[in-house]
Amino acid sequence: MKEAVLSIRDLTVEIPTRHGILRPVDGVSYDIAPGEVLGVVGESGAGKSMAGNAVIGLLTPPAHIAGGEIVVNGQRIDQLTGEAMRRLRGKQIGMVFQDPLTSLNPLLRIGDQLTETMLAHLDISRTEAEERAVAALAEVGIPGAAERVNSYPHEFSGGMRQRVVIALALCAEPSLIIADEPTTALDVSVQAQIIALLKRLCRDRGTAIMLITHDMGVIAEAADRVAVMYAGRLAELGPVREVLMQPHHPYTAGLMGSTPLASRGKDRLHQIPGAMPRLDSLPGGCAFHPRCPRAAARCSSAPGPLITDGDGRAACWFPLDREGVA
Amino acid sequence: MAELSSQTPEKVVERSRLRVAIDSDFAWQFRKSPVAIVSAVVVTIMVLAAIFAPLIAPYDPFDPGSLNLMNGFSRPMTPNAFTQEVFWLGTDDQGRDVFSTILYGMRISLFVGAAAVLFAMVLGITLGLLAGYAGGWTETIIMRVADVQLTFPAILVAMLIFGIAKGITPVEYRDQMAIWVLIIAIGLSDWVQFARVVRGATLVEKNKEYVQAARLIGRGSGAIMLRHILPNVLSPVLVIATISLALAIIAEATLSFLGVGAPPTQPSLGTLIRIGQGFLFSGEWWILLFPALTLLTLALSVNLLGDWLRDALNPRLR
Amino acid sequence: MTGMVSIRNLTRVFDVSKPWINRLVERRPKAWLTAVSDVSFEIEEKTVYALVGESGSGKSTIGKMLVGLLDPTDGSVEIRGTDLARETDAAKVDAVRRDIQMIFQDPFASLNPRWRVRDIIVEPVAARGGDTTGMAERLLEEVGLSARDAGKFPHEFSGGQRQRICIARALASGPKLIVCDEPTSALDVSVQAQVLNLMSDLKDQLGLTYLFISHDLTVVQHMADRIGVLYLGRLVEEAGPDALFENPRHPYTQMLLAAAPKLDDFGREVPPPTGEIPDPINPPPGCAYHPRCPLAEDICKKERPVMRTIEGTRVACHMAE
Repeated sequence: MKEAVLSIRDLTVEIPTRHGILRPVDGVSYDIAPGEVLGVVGESGAGKSMAGNAVIGLLTPPAHIAGGEIVVNGQRIDQLTGEAMRRLRGKQIGMVFQDPLTSLNPLLRIGDQLTETMLAHLDISRTEAEERAVAALAEVGIPGAAERVNSYPHEFSGGMRQRVVIALALCAEPSLIIADEPTTALDVSVQAQIIALLKRLCRDRGTAIMLITHDMGVIAEAADRVAVMYAGRLAELGPVREVLMQPHHPYTAGLMGSTPLASRGKDRLHQIPGAMPRLDSLPGGCAFHPRCPRAAARCSSAPGPLITDGDGRAACWFPLDREGVA
Repeated sequence: MAELSSQTPEKVVERSRLRVAIDSDFAWQFRKSPVAIVSAVVVTIMVLAAIFAPLIAPYDPFDPGSLNLMNGFSRPMTPNAFTQEVFWLGTDDQGRDVFSTILYGMRISLFVGAAAVLFAMVLGITLGLLAGYAGGWTETIIMRVADVQLTFPAILVAMLIFGIAKGITPVEYRDQMAIWVLIIAIGLSDWVQFARVVRGATLVEKNKEYVQAARLIGRGSGAIMLRHILPNVLSPVLVIATISLALAIIAEATLSFLGVGAPPTQPSLGTLIRIGQGFLFSGEWWILLFPALTLLTLALSVNLLGDWLRDALNPRLR
Repeated sequence: MTGMVSIRNLTRVFDVSKPWINRLVERRPKAWLTAVSDVSFEIEEKTVYALVGESGSGKSTIGKMLVGLLDPTDGSVEIRGTDLARETDAAKVDAVRRDIQMIFQDPFASLNPRWRVRDIIVEPVAARGGDTTGMAERLLEEVGLSARDAGKFPHEFSGGQRQRICIARALASGPKLIVCDEPTSALDVSVQAQVLNLMSDLKDQLGLTYLFISHDLTVVQHMADRIGVLYLGRLVEEAGPDALFENPRHPYTQMLLAAAPKLDDFGREVPPPTGEIPDPINPPPGCAYHPRCPLAEDICKKERPVMRTIEGTRVACHMAE
């Protein structure tokens, strides 16, 4: 495997509260290689966004990194101060959020936002930055880029705005992009456009993408590998086809079973009983055991051990084998 | 499918509202804030002292029979030159115990303040709900009246109302009417902020799906406003009411100080300050100082409590 | 099967003008947004009729007109032969209203946070002065919660549990027709499955009819007996799920199906759809889809296509055959 762009080891995020310490991310490890899309999938409360925010140093206090390390291009960044982190963001890590409006300054023309970002991070002249801004907009598929650089964010539609955000995330040529639910607020047809765009950029430029989403369909379509999170822990990690079609972890299998599929017709959906536990009342042992059809006594005493299978791994006492029948 | 319920069997009893209140984040934030605790204690003591003034006060300053002119101008904590009586906070020119007059004065001040805020609150909430829920011309008219009202300082409005009321009431009733006129005057100058906040919150709430669900059932507008929207717009009202209380007490004191408020027969803190300032330059400082300090403490504590309440109920406003 | 709902030429126009003072200063005319334009369809009793479409397609507006939260600008909604907007007999209107209920999208906004669950659930009956003894407890168990939950407040429940409470409330008045406006789009996928299964079960047990509004094609395919596809306030295609998904006839439906993410089609490389939904205040003339349509010809720019029936599929397209 090539040198990883992002490497997370045993990352733990804690939030101290009056009821005790909550751990929204608990001992998570994964790598992303250049040109790879890693899908991070999970339901609300799984800690997937919190892990992304930890990487870019955008945890809202009192949440903080309590353990583990984050390495970007060989440099450890979890200890960096605010100023050093700010320089790193944009230069090495780009961000795309669910709501494009929060990433754009409504009072600045988008061309100016792009040029400012480039001037802050790249050693180029203003004229060159302006030329590159037009090129960046054209690259993300904005028609009439040369004129639209002078537009304000509100003059774009939702899908076009998300393209602008992607151009902004890319303009300083970062090696990693963290995309947190980038298509959730968009319509199906626009979502397809944005996914295609992300994949193309990833392939052409060798940018690594951490794609955080709750939508299994988006993962199947866009990701090379997928990390399934549950209650702050990594349940399963591996190549997307294997994880989705032949999951080891019963939670992944349950998720796939509860997704309505064209091929399944109108049969009853498989359902996982209960709901994701709240962080202040996590069950002991494997957090999934109260909802798990395969759970036995030992599941409530200790978290599932890591099993590996080729490029994949899963944390479970009683994993499903590759034939994948529960 | 009963396993979906989050509660265990032994907890069948519904948690009482009191229990819920004690366990709430709100109560927790209160316990964590020294300023809130101190001001709450001060306010509670002052309110209790005002309510039980007849029991606490060593003298009845309004009983002419108990007054001894010989006690006039006693210094605080010093035996009177003629009668050897000791008054904690001294006496005024007529020998009235300053501590007792403050207790009775606080009673008037708090009553006028609270009643005025209550009046402003009822008026403001009603008009705000109506403006927010009905929209259209109802809203335009109510809010324009509110805008016009806001361009006049509250004291000016109160003085105007006070003046009119004084003009139309017969002389013999003036003293009796004064307190009620004061309440209405301060209340009328204060309803606008309640109306504005309630209207804003109503605009948000009325588009929520639970209101649509109620409309769908065929609930009338009145029931929706009172049973559904009102309970959900009350927390900002509570904050404003507390801060308004401090302002109303000060407004009352200002009016009384200017001589258009509480009459000398029912002196409020403001009246006491007005009376006291006449003696400042002749050396009897205590007649002014102690009522003024009381007013300051009362207004400040209520205000601090209101500030804390705003932070606790609405963290984003901080 | 008999007809439950009959919608004829339904149209709804919203006034989206700026305040008059702005119009005066900027010299702009009044602006009108046609959210629903000439839509007609029927819902059979005890079936699930689904409306799918992207944002701005008018699907929620149709739902609100059906339950009477909005009045139609033109056209009619008849429920069992009664037109709620025109019927003058109050008793008849009330009887029909009792038969209709609605489930909303956001389970966090659709329950009054200051009310106990018991009061929320029985409100549809209590508001009419009916007897509600034990009703909340019975309904809670029917939707898979516990009778003990009746005394709690909404904030003590998760999203999925709240949606169950909403369903219980919708069932309280014993309705025949329930309009479900994106009932699971705010829920996680494992919880969505629970709620969808519950809705299917209740439909079979109680003989309900659903109007199911959603943007999610896979959910619609799972639930619906008949599907209407909306684009910019117009009904462009209507068919049964098999016909629609296997043989979509309208180019917009074809585009939607191609764009929807496929769970079992990894690393799919298809050309993404082109263009975006146009501004509904100034929709394109003729067929609203023509600027994005690969098949568009001159006639599409001039004439709005009428609904035609081809092998059981209703489609509004000049080119469809």
